[in-house]
Amino acid sequence: MRVGVVRFPGSNCDLDTVATLMGIRGLSPKLVWHESDELGKFDAVVLPGGFSFGDYLRAGSIAARSPALSAIRRMADEGKPVLGVCNGFQILVEAGLLPGALLRNLSLRFVCQWVSVRVESRRTPFTALAREGQVLRMPIAHGEGRYYASDEQLRDLERSHRVVFRYSDGSGRVVDEANPTGTLGNIAGISNGQGNVVGLMPHPERCCDPALSPWGSTDGRLIFESLLGGDR
Amino acid sequence: MGPGTIQLGLTAEEMAAVRQGLGREPNETEWSIIDAEWSEHSSYKSSKALLRLFPTAGDRVVLGPGYDAGVVDVGDGYVVTLHIESHNHPSAVDPYGGASTGIGGVLRDILSMGTRPVALVDILRFGRIDRSPHSRWLFRNVVRGIADYGNSVGVPTVAGDIEFDESFERNCLVDVACVGLGKRGDLILGEAKTPGDLLVLIGGSTGRDGIRGAAFASKNLSDKAEADRSSVQVPDPFMKKLLLDSLMEAVGTGLIRGMKDLGGGGLSTALSEVASSGGTGVDVELSKVNRREDDMSPTEIMTSESQERMLLALSPGSSEPVLEILRRYEVPCSVIGRVTGDGLLTLRWGRNVVASLPAQLVVKAPLIPWPSRRPSRLDHRTRAKPRVQDVGRSIISLLASPNIASRRWVYQQYDHEVGIRTVARPGQADAALVRLPNGGLLAVKGDGNSAQSFLDPYNGAAGCVAEACRNVVAVGAEPIALVDHLQFGDPSDPEVYWSFGESIRGMADYCRLIGLPVVGGKVSFYNEDSASRTAIKPSPIALVVGLVKDQKHPVSMGFRHEGESVFIVGETNDELGGSEYHRLLGRLDSGTVPRVDAASDAVLHRTIIGLIRSGQAGAVHDCSRGGLAVALARMAVAGGRGASVNLNKVPSSARRVSDLLFSESHGRFVLTTDEPERLERALNVRHIPHGLVGVVKGDSLRLDAGRTPVTRLDVAALQRSYDGSIGRLMDG
Repeated sequence: MRVGVVRFPGSNCDLDTVATLMGIRGLSPKLVWHESDELGKFDAVVLPGGFSFGDYLRAGSIAARSPALSAIRRMADEGKPVLGVCNGFQILVEAGLLPGALLRNLSLRFVCQWVSVRVESRRTPFTALAREGQVLRMPIAHGEGRYYASDEQLRDLERSHRVVFRYSDGSGRVVDEANPTGTLGNIAGISNGQGNVVGLMPHPERCCDPALSPWGSTDGRLIFESLLGGDR
Repeated sequence: MGPGTIQLGLTAEEMAAVRQGLGREPNETEWSIIDAEWSEHSSYKSSKALLRLFPTAGDRVVLGPGYDAGVVDVGDGYVVTLHIESHNHPSAVDPYGGASTGIGGVLRDILSMGTRPVALVDILRFGRIDRSPHSRWLFRNVVRGIADYGNSVGVPTVAGDIEFDESFERNCLVDVACVGLGKRGDLILGEAKTPGDLLVLIGGSTGRDGIRGAAFASKNLSDKAEADRSSVQVPDPFMKKLLLDSLMEAVGTGLIRGMKDLGGGGLSTALSEVASSGGTGVDVELSKVNRREDDMSPTEIMTSESQERMLLALSPGSSEPVLEILRRYEVPCSVIGRVTGDGLLTLRWGRNVVASLPAQLVVKAPLIPWPSRRPSRLDHRTRAKPRVQDVGRSIISLLASPNIASRRWVYQQYDHEVGIRTVARPGQADAALVRLPNGGLLAVKGDGNSAQSFLDPYNGAAGCVAEACRNVVAVGAEPIALVDHLQFGDPSDPEVYWSFGESIRGMADYCRLIGLPVVGGKVSFYNEDSASRTAIKPSPIALVVGLVKDQKHPVSMGFRHEGESVFIVGETNDELGGSEYHRLLGRLDSGTVPRVDAASDAVLHRTIIGLIRSGQAGAVHDCSRGGLAVALARMAVAGGRGASVNLNKVPSSARRVSDLLFSESHGRFVLTTDEPERLERALNVRHIPHGLVGVVKGDSLRLDAGRTPVTRLDVAALQRSYDGSIGRLMDG
């Protein structure tokens, strides 16, 4: 499966994502400059983390107006898998491909730490291999990751099972103490209506190699390997 | 035009030397260029002679001091570059901007060698945040500045060292070190060797910010420091990120013939240094410089320290591929001149030559041999031992003290994972571990101890090298190179200068005896409290990198499981001078500072590395701030397990239990093992003093002296004290 990894000026998890996807058999990743017109030929796309365009104005807001987004919108419409990680999630929200907004963390500080997230929905191409309720260990690293949406939008997300990941404790209980940013409903990731567009704040590309995790976690692989199959 | 119309930092003797060397009176622009390059910051005129004491050669050393960064071979064609910078004065007046641009500066040094920055280490010194709102303000904003800039450019901050002491109340210290990674064959030097080559200025525009910043760094901060905010440069991490990505791609073309970052001294320093290192001259048209404001004078352009700029030397025949890459990233670039063979720094504005100076004259400031005198404070030390407090209460208080408590409040604000190389992150082990492309691991840690350096500059400075080495050894790495940073008050004060010399001697002797080359460093003088007119405590810093070739066992400092044996390795002496325990008792004036023993350390370090590599050692932690008591408590907190320890088994010459527990003697480690007999044999063979002192057990740390109980502390209580202390001080 050909996966395009979009590089915006200021992306900084682009090379990490390509290197990680290279290590997953069946995926063939390629770095794609945001102004390039070749995105359409890929089977899936990842918008990596970073500070696109310096996150000046608002995180993700300028990248959301980049030429890459028209191609990504088309891919989303065609039902191709689209994943936004961290800044990529912020861009998808700014571009209107996902509802709501990502606000500054309640602490008003950037926070980098390993967290546990619970898989809430298997109905996306990125969680097909997970068990519902499975707890994944992944790192977060962001200053603007507090998910926010109107009451109506939230009700709609919950009703249609579009909350994909929630911060939880190690045993999967969704509790306030496990919420690192003050995000609504402990939301760490959501999907669009069809489920093919997913955004999440934790970094799966940072937990695919056991040497890089304090617990030997390779939980990020599950998200990328899901792309290759499993029941939807 | 004479120098009377502008403010210069040059002395009367230096001005005379300029006139004599040049054979005429320089004009205003020329005076300003020399002033920038002859500032302490750029010329090292007060320190160069003493810095020659450092051993700089070693099997792995590719390039030592004198370049933008030191270069060390890590095998298989890969090199690691190392550099350290401080931004103390800018951070004292504008902590956010000062700290950000400090990172920007050190990143450029690594980039200009043609290597990719892969890790940042920050070493910070502030006043008492438990008492001073001003110090909390500085601390909060320096950390935020480092976080915003480092996170944004995508270079992980993996390690650091923080110390709080009254002497840094007004003059905080903000040191940032960077580790770069590249191929030996891709290295680029800061020199313009070939006459006819194009000089290309790239990156940010040149504005009026940071004008004469090097001069600002080369004097004492005044009470009117607020008015010096314009001497602080404006950070733009996004431009730096574009520079980083585009230059990494451009380095790959192999077409960049020379590269120099624009830091202190701006264009003045960059142009004169590429010419003098290359043995050439430069001819530059200043109107071609991309300016933020149209009406800037040649002097302002030459001394501006606007950030995010680099100077490239490109062959005219093959410049296009490089320029094409820069244009794609929308990095501004302008050809501002050419390399010449005449040895002159020639600057033009249209048809007028606005400056013409021999490059060698500009870079060779006369050295200053300052007088030095042993400080009288060292001869009037009290010998009386402080009265001790309850041991258990002391341990709890020490764990919560800002100099020891968990740094999580700080490092959580730094992205320490980006780059997917981080194997040991902050809080996990004594040093950070970063994965290398050849499968090896690079360990990195910076250390310093101003309280000890104040009482005994020689052992204090040597001790910070010893401590940094121990931290690197504790993760199984062999120390391979060091960069130093020496921060002192006004060098014209003989007592300050004496301490400076002693610190260099201490570091140099230790490095020589242990076989550790110094590959670079930095000196920062004029660090004084503007209100009290007193110098900061001497603050030498050692940043050590180590190499792990092949390690299968994960490293950690936390107790691992019930029943493992606990060993103390190394001898404890009555050395509490400058210790955290004495700080707690309010008696930082008393006691003997820990002395170093490089010869024993060399054997000890090799042995510990062997024990880690063979899998015999489990949890490993060095003894430093807070002594044995704090080392054991931190291992208990990290592992979430207690231990039972018999203090009578600790090899020690200290008489009182409190001395034994809180002495900060060097050359000690605590480690755990499942094979106590085998480990004991290994230590006996090498005649290393050690004691099998106890066992990991239960959920409290229990210390006994034989059958006499000393104290018993719940791990949960230790954790409460250690974990949240800084957050409580900062967030209330």
